[in-house]
Amino acid sequence: MLCVVGTVPDAGFPLVTGPVQMQNGRLIIGGRAVAIHRGTPALVGAVLAAATVLPLPPVEAWLVGDIGRGEGSRRLYAHLEAELACHPWTVVVFHYLQPDVDWHNRVLFAVEKIHPRPVLIADAGFMYAAKMSGQAQEYDLFTPDVGELAFLADEEAPHPFYTRGFILHQEAKVPELIQRAYQHANAARWLLVKGRTDYLAAAGGIHATVDAPASAAMEAMGGTGDTLTGLAAALTAAGKPVERAAVMAARVNRLAGRLASPDPATQIEAIVRRIPAALKRVLDTTES
Amino acid sequence: MGFFSFLKNGLKGDRGQVAERSKADRGILIFENTSEVIRAENGLKAAGWPVRVMGPPPEIQRGCDLVIEFPLIERLEIMRLLEAAGVPPLEMVPVTGPLLAPVDLFQTVDYGDWLMVRAANMKICVEKATRTIVNISGGGCPDVPYLAQEMVGKSLAEAPRPRDIGHTLCGYALELAHEEICRQCSAS
Repeated sequence: MLCVVGTVPDAGFPLVTGPVQMQNGRLIIGGRAVAIHRGTPALVGAVLAAATVLPLPPVEAWLVGDIGRGEGSRRLYAHLEAELACHPWTVVVFHYLQPDVDWHNRVLFAVEKIHPRPVLIADAGFMYAAKMSGQAQEYDLFTPDVGELAFLADEEAPHPFYTRGFILHQEAKVPELIQRAYQHANAARWLLVKGRTDYLAAAGGIHATVDAPASAAMEAMGGTGDTLTGLAAALTAAGKPVERAAVMAARVNRLAGRLASPDPATQIEAIVRRIPAALKRVLDTTES
Repeated sequence: MGFFSFLKNGLKGDRGQVAERSKADRGILIFENTSEVIRAENGLKAAGWPVRVMGPPPEIQRGCDLVIEFPLIERLEIMRLLEAAGVPPLEMVPVTGPLLAPVDLFQTVDYGDWLMVRAANMKICVEKATRTIVNISGGGCPDVPYLAQEMVGKSLAEAPRPRDIGHTLCGYALELAHEEICRQCSAS
């Protein structure tokens, strides 16, 4: 079972957990419809788009409304602490949550009770909390962009907002930043760094790069990182090793982008719609 | 489970490292005098914020001999509350790195008909001809999707400001990017 944990940008949205489906371009969960404009709903949208092609196990979303005040996130954290270990998850993705070190540690402690241990993927605010807590190595995959990689590489920074200038992200410095993140134990077992070139790396160094097809406008689009994380999660839940899933996800995300012919004003739904076609094409290429 | 039970249960790290890391999401508010500290503490506690008064770390050279520890991520929300209460702090800095400064470098990408500005982990993109915000990306705090929802599709002039409706450090970074793209658009 795959579980996606995160927030939706609606302060009135209650804590909802359970199976999630997509109908007419919107997520349906607990009788509620959620637009997939960006953030965790975009990640879930990518998973469900992939599920039209891949043999996926049941997919659940654990969502709560939070517009940045942290109240919803703290309700969800408490629910995770109490309930996460009650389910046989194979993959858990932690996403947009208010970064909070103590709550992060409580959730990670709950994960320790799940046997066999699920694959743990973190991105966005929960990845920030994982790094701040010093427990980054407990995760199987982080999916930072280059700016977030600079934050992981800066052992002093409590948030990307405080990344020191001499470390600040530059595409040309990605290998150096990856090395520094591992040197200070602030990276997951695998890093999928998204940028003009996507890098898959582990403590031993860079394992793969993906730079085609390239659509420069995707950097300006909100949600392209969310769809990438969702694809990596879906491919992992379909049984592929994390490192293979990550590289395939990078290819699929780029191809879906190319198929959407994006400009900087394109919205993420356009890419989610192209994921099934892109995924089929990448699967045909890599598995034929 | 609090900090000590976390230690007992033995996730990675020795006591010193874990103690240091447990404060990584905390910040320090620095004020001119003790009277302001007391007013700020009262206001924050009344609003339900988990804050505490403490002595300043040695690196802090400004302000009085008391500071307030606060949840660093929620900097924008707390700043707004203190300004409304008439006690804006001299500085807001991370507990674990009081000398760390906010990112002040901007990166600009010109896409022809569109312009994108990045500040820290936040990016904002506008259509040059209409100054309409077409996309907001980056960030990891839950106000980022909310800010995008409220701002995308509106012009720079009519969209709400991140400093007014954002809550977190990501929201603050977006405010800086927003200020910079407004500056660049008004100069062109």
